[in-house]
Amino acid sequence: MNTEILGIVLVFVLTVAFAIPLGRYIARVYNGDSTFTDGIFNPFEKLLYRFCGISPNEEMGWKQHLKILLTINFVWFLLSMFVLMCQGWLPLNPDNNPGMSADLAFNTAISFVVNCNLQHYSGETGLSYFGQLFLMFLQFVSAATGLTTAAILFNALKERTTDKLGNFYVYLIKSCTRILLPLSVITAIILVFNGTPMTFDGKQQMTTLQGETVNVSTGPVAAFTAIKHIGTNGGGFFGANSAHPLENPTYLTNMVELGAQMLVPFAMIFALGFYLNRKKLALMIFGVMTVGFLLLAIPTVIAEMNGNPALTKMGINTGMGATEGKEVRFGAAASGFWSIATTVISTGSVNSMHDSAMPLSGLMQLLAMMVNCFYGGCGVGLLNFYIFIILAVFISGLMVGRTPEFLGKKIEAREMKIAMIIALLHTLLILSGTALSTAFAEYGASTLNNPGYHGFSEILYEFTSASANNGSGMEGLGDNNPWWNITTGVVLLLSRFLPIIGPIAIAGILAAKKHVPESSGTLKTDTSTFGLMVFAVIFIIAALSFFPALALGPIAEYFSLLN
Amino acid sequence: MKTQNKSLFQKELVLEALKQSVIKLSPKSLIRNPIMFTVEIGTAVMLAVCIWILTGEQSQGSFAYNFVIFLVLLFTLLFANFAEAIAEARGKAQADSLRKTREETPAKKIVPVGDIYLDEVTVVPSSSLAKGDVFVCEEGDTIPTDGEIIEGIATIDESAITGESAPVIRESGGDKSSVTGGTKVLSDKIKVRVTTEPGESFLDKMIALVEGASRQKTPNEIALTILLAGFTLIFIIVCVTLKPFADFSNAPITIAAFIALFVCLIPTTIGGLLSAIGIAGMDRALRANVITKSGKAVETAGDIDVLLLDKTGTITIGNRKATHFYPAEGIDEKDFIKAAVLSSFSDETPEGKSIIELAGINPSSFNVANPIFIKFTAETRSSGIDLEGIRIRKGASDSIKTIVEKSGNTYPESVANKVAEIAGNGGTPLVVSQNEKVLGVIELQDIIKTGIQERFERLRKMGVKTVMVTGDNPLTARFIAEKAGVDDFIAEAKPEDKMNYIKAEQQKGKLVAMMGDGTNDAPALAQADVGVAMNSGTQAAKEAGNMVDLDNDPTKLIEIVEIGKQLLMTRGTLTTFSIANDVAKYFAIIPALFITAIPALQGLNIMNLHSPESAILSAVIFNAVVIPFLIPLALKGVAYKPIGASALLRRNLLIYGLGGIIVPFIGIKVIDVVVALFI
Repeated sequence: MNTEILGIVLVFVLTVAFAIPLGRYIARVYNGDSTFTDGIFNPFEKLLYRFCGISPNEEMGWKQHLKILLTINFVWFLLSMFVLMCQGWLPLNPDNNPGMSADLAFNTAISFVVNCNLQHYSGETGLSYFGQLFLMFLQFVSAATGLTTAAILFNALKERTTDKLGNFYVYLIKSCTRILLPLSVITAIILVFNGTPMTFDGKQQMTTLQGETVNVSTGPVAAFTAIKHIGTNGGGFFGANSAHPLENPTYLTNMVELGAQMLVPFAMIFALGFYLNRKKLALMIFGVMTVGFLLLAIPTVIAEMNGNPALTKMGINTGMGATEGKEVRFGAAASGFWSIATTVISTGSVNSMHDSAMPLSGLMQLLAMMVNCFYGGCGVGLLNFYIFIILAVFISGLMVGRTPEFLGKKIEAREMKIAMIIALLHTLLILSGTALSTAFAEYGASTLNNPGYHGFSEILYEFTSASANNGSGMEGLGDNNPWWNITTGVVLLLSRFLPIIGPIAIAGILAAKKHVPESSGTLKTDTSTFGLMVFAVIFIIAALSFFPALALGPIAEYFSLLN
Repeated sequence: MKTQNKSLFQKELVLEALKQSVIKLSPKSLIRNPIMFTVEIGTAVMLAVCIWILTGEQSQGSFAYNFVIFLVLLFTLLFANFAEAIAEARGKAQADSLRKTREETPAKKIVPVGDIYLDEVTVVPSSSLAKGDVFVCEEGDTIPTDGEIIEGIATIDESAITGESAPVIRESGGDKSSVTGGTKVLSDKIKVRVTTEPGESFLDKMIALVEGASRQKTPNEIALTILLAGFTLIFIIVCVTLKPFADFSNAPITIAAFIALFVCLIPTTIGGLLSAIGIAGMDRALRANVITKSGKAVETAGDIDVLLLDKTGTITIGNRKATHFYPAEGIDEKDFIKAAVLSSFSDETPEGKSIIELAGINPSSFNVANPIFIKFTAETRSSGIDLEGIRIRKGASDSIKTIVEKSGNTYPESVANKVAEIAGNGGTPLVVSQNEKVLGVIELQDIIKTGIQERFERLRKMGVKTVMVTGDNPLTARFIAEKAGVDDFIAEAKPEDKMNYIKAEQQKGKLVAMMGDGTNDAPALAQADVGVAMNSGTQAAKEAGNMVDLDNDPTKLIEIVEIGKQLLMTRGTLTTFSIANDVAKYFAIIPALFITAIPALQGLNIMNLHSPESAILSAVIFNAVVIPFLIPLALKGVAYKPIGASALLRRNLLIYGLGGIIVPFIGIKVIDVVVALFI
C-alpha cells in the first residue's frame, strides 16, 4: 500500500486502539470508581474541595448544573478579557507584545472560552507568554466543561428516575486532573523530544543558511500544542498553527497531534458504552460517526492526492498531489486527512492552508463542520449527536407503532421542541451570518481577497467554523475587524451554550421521567438499522439544508474546475 | 367484527369532501396546520406576483408560468384539505349510520308519582328524553336511547349495532342491565332509566372527535407537529438566506422559484395528510365497532405493554365442559354413565348440562319414579338424586370421600389418583357415588377457544404481555395459562386483585389495558391506561373506561392495539417519505435556480430535466399530486406486521425511506417529460 495512505490508516487504527481502554478509564472516573490514578489525585482533589468549599457528595439537578456552568464560563470570559487587553504591562512579556483591541479581545476571549479558538491574531505578535498561558488555562477548562456536560449526560441516561445528576465541580475537576492533564503531559513530552520548544526566554536569534540573522519566536509551545489537540481546542501558539515548523516539526509529531485530537472524542463514545454498560449502543454511535467521517475523509484524501486537474492540463507534474498550501514533510494524504479530522472534531488546528485545498476537499471540510457531530468536540460532540438520536428515535419510534422512547424514557412534545430548536440553531447561525455578510458587502464581503464562488466559500467557512466551535479558518478574508470579530463572537457564544443547554435540559427532563422497561416491542437503539436512521436524519437536517449555499460555493467551484 | 366493506371513496362522501376542501381554504381553519398555512401564504404571494406581471412587470418571467405555479400551489392546498375532509366525511358517515337508528324513535315515557311509576304512557320523540327520565319498551319496540334497566328482563336484538344476530338477554340489576339506543326488544317488557343527556352519548362524543371543530390534537400529534414545524422553519431560513447568497453570486432568482423551492422542501406531504391520518385512526376503531372517547386512547392502545383478559369468554368458551367418564375399578362404564346422567337430572348448571350432553342420553328416558332431587348446598358440596333405594351423589372429591368413608366404605386409591391427575391437567374432577360407593370420576375441562394461541403469539411478538384473570385455583389457572399461551395469570381473582395488578405494572412504568363489564370492574377500568368496557356492561363500567366495544367481544383489545400501532406507524412512515422526497427535489430545483448564471452547475442536473422552468414546475406538480396518491394509504393505515421492532423499522425504512428517495426522482422526471411538451 501507498505509504502515505498506510500512515493515516495506522494513526486512525492506533487511536481507536488507545481510545477503548481510555474510554473504560473515563467511565470509571465519572462513575466515581477506583482507578489507578487515585493515589496521585485523591489527596490533591481533597485539598482543592476543602479550599473551594465544595462538598463533593452533593448532587445537583440539571438546572443547577447549567447555572454553575454559565456562571463559571462568564467569570473565565471576564478574566480573559482583562488579561488579553492588559497583557502589554502584565508579566511574562519578553517580546513586548501590546494588549489587544477591545473587539479582538472580545472575539479571542469568547473563542477560547467556548473551545473554538477562532484566532483573528497571530500568536507571535499578538500575545504575551502570560496571555498564551492564560489561553492554555482556558484550553484546559473549556475542554473540561465539554467533558463535564457529557458526564452529566451519561449520568442522566442511567436507567432510573431521578433529578440528581452528580456534582458539577467534581466532574469538572476530575476532567482536568485525571483525563486532560495526564494525556497532555504525555503528548507534550513527545513533542519536546521532537524539537518543539518549551521555554520562556522570548525570541531567539539564529543565522539562516543565507547568512541572515533572524529573530525566531519561541515560547512554551509544547505544553500549549499538547492541550490544543487533547482538548480539541485547535488554537495555535503561532499564527501558522500546526503547519509551523516549531509547533509541528516532523511527520511523527504530525501523526501524534493528529491522533491526539481524535483520542478523547473517540474515548468518550466508548466511555458512554462502559458507563451505561451498553457497549452495543456505543458501537452503533461509533459506527455511524465513523461511516460519516470516512465518507468525508476518503474523497478529500483522493482529491488532494490527485492534485489540481487544471494544473495537470497545463502539463505540470502533480504527482505529489495538490501541494499548494501544504507542508512537504506531511504530504497531500496526511494533510487532507488532517483537514477532515480537524473539522469533524471541532479542533480547528490546521497543518495546511484550507484556502488552497481542492474544491471537493473544501466542500467536505464545510460539511464536516455543518454536521458537527461525527465524533465532534470534547464531550460536546456526543451532546450534538444526542439531539439527532432524539429526533431519529422519534421518527423511527412512530414507524414501528410505538410512542417513541430512548433508553426507557418516553419522548414527548417538550423534548421535541428543545431538540428541534437546537437542530435548527446551527443552520440559522451559519446561514444568517453568511447572509448578513453578503447582504452588507461593505462590512463583510468587501474584505475578501477572492471574488466569486471561492470568496463565497470563505465567508461560509468562517461562519460555519464559528458555529461549529471549530476555529479553523479558510482564511483569505481580513477577519480582524469589528465586523468579523463581533458577528463571529456572537455566533460563537450562541452556538456553544445553547447546544449545551438543550441536550442537558432534554437529558435532565428525561431522567426525571418514569422509566419504562424494555419489551420486545421496544425499538432497539443499538442496532445498525437504527444507526442508518440516525445517519439519515443527520444527512437530511445537517447536510441537505446547506445544499443551496454549498451549490453556490464549493460545488460551483468544483464543476467549474471540471469543465 | 362487522365491517362495512365499502370502497374508500363513495360518491356522496367525495362530493361533500370536495365542498369542504374549498371551505377549509379559509386561513382561520388552515392556521391549525402550520405547514399548510405557510403554503397558503406562498399561494397568496404567487397570486400577487401574477397580478404584478399583468400590470407590466418584466423581471418575473411569463404570466402563464407564474399562473401555473399559483394553480399548482392552490391544488396542493385543496388536495390536503380534501384528505382531511374525506377522512372526516367517512368518520361522520359511519357514526351517522349508527346514530340514525335511534333518532326520532318514539319513546314511551312514564312519569313517577312519588316513588312509583304508573303505567300511564306518554309518547314523546327520543330527542326530548333527558337524563333520569324513565321509559317503557315492549316486544317489537326500538329502544329510543341509552339507558339502564330498572325493572324487568327482556331479550334484545342488538344486531343494528353489533351485527350479531343472536338475541341477548338484558335484565335489571347486575352487570347486564344496560341497553343501547337503536336496539330492538324481541320479547317481554322493561322499564329503562335514561343515562345520558341528549347529544352526550358516547356516539355523539365520537362524532365530535372526528369533526374538525372540537378535535383536540393528541400529545403525539403535537410532538410530530413540532418536528414538522421545525423542518418548515429550517427551510424558511434556507430560502430567505438564499436571496443574498444568490445576489452575491449574480444569480438572481424569481419569486416563483423561491416559493417553489420552499413549498417543495417543507414536509407538505405529511403536513397535508396528518389530520386525515388521525381521523382515519378513530374511524378504523369505529369500523371495528369500538367507540373511543378520545383520540389519545387509540394512540395509547398502540403502546400497551400488558393486557388483562378474563379467562371465561375470552380465552375459554363459556364454562367448563365434561370431557371424560372414568369408571372406578370393577364398575361397568354404562352403569357409571347412567348414574352420572341421573345425578345431573335436575342440575341446571352448565357443567351439569354438559355431562348429559357428553353421555348423549336423555335422563327422562330412564323413566324413574318419584325421584327426590338433592340440591347442591355449600355444606354438603354435592348434589344428586334419590330414587327408590338408590342414592346417587355427585360432588368434589373430598366431599364424596367424606360421604363414602363415613359409611365405612373405602375410597379407592385408583380414584384418588385419577382425581389428582385430572386436577394436575387443569381439569375439574367430579366424583360420583351410588349408595356411598364410588362409581367413578367425571372430568370437566375448560375448552380453549380455537385460534387464541395464535392471537397471543401475535401479541407477544408485538411486545404485549398477556395476563389471564380467573377465579380458578392456581393449579388449574396455571394449566390453562400454559395451554392458551398467556404469559401470566391471576388466580382466585377478586376485583381488587385486578386493580392491584394494574397498579403494580404501572408502577414499573408499563401501560396496561383491560376489558371489563361489571360495576366492580369500574375502578380497574378507570385505573387502566386503556379500559375497554363492553356495551352490555353497566353504565358505571362504560363511564369508567375510555372505549366502549359495541360487539362485547373480549378479544377486541387485540384489534384495538393494532389500530393504535397502525395510527402511529402511518404518521411515522409518511413523515419519513415526505422528508426523504427532499433529496430529489433539491436535485431538481437547485440546478434550475442557478443554471442560467452558473452554467457549470449543469453537473448537478442529474435528472437531465428539460429547462429551469420545466424542472421547477415538475417539482411542484409532483409535490402536489403525491398527496392525493397517498390519501388511500393515510385512510387505510400502513399494514402492521408483528415481526419485532427492528425488523419493522428495517422494512418501513426500506419501503418509505428508500422509496421516498427514489419515487420522486422517477416522478419528477416523468412529469418533466410531459411538461416539456408544452413549454
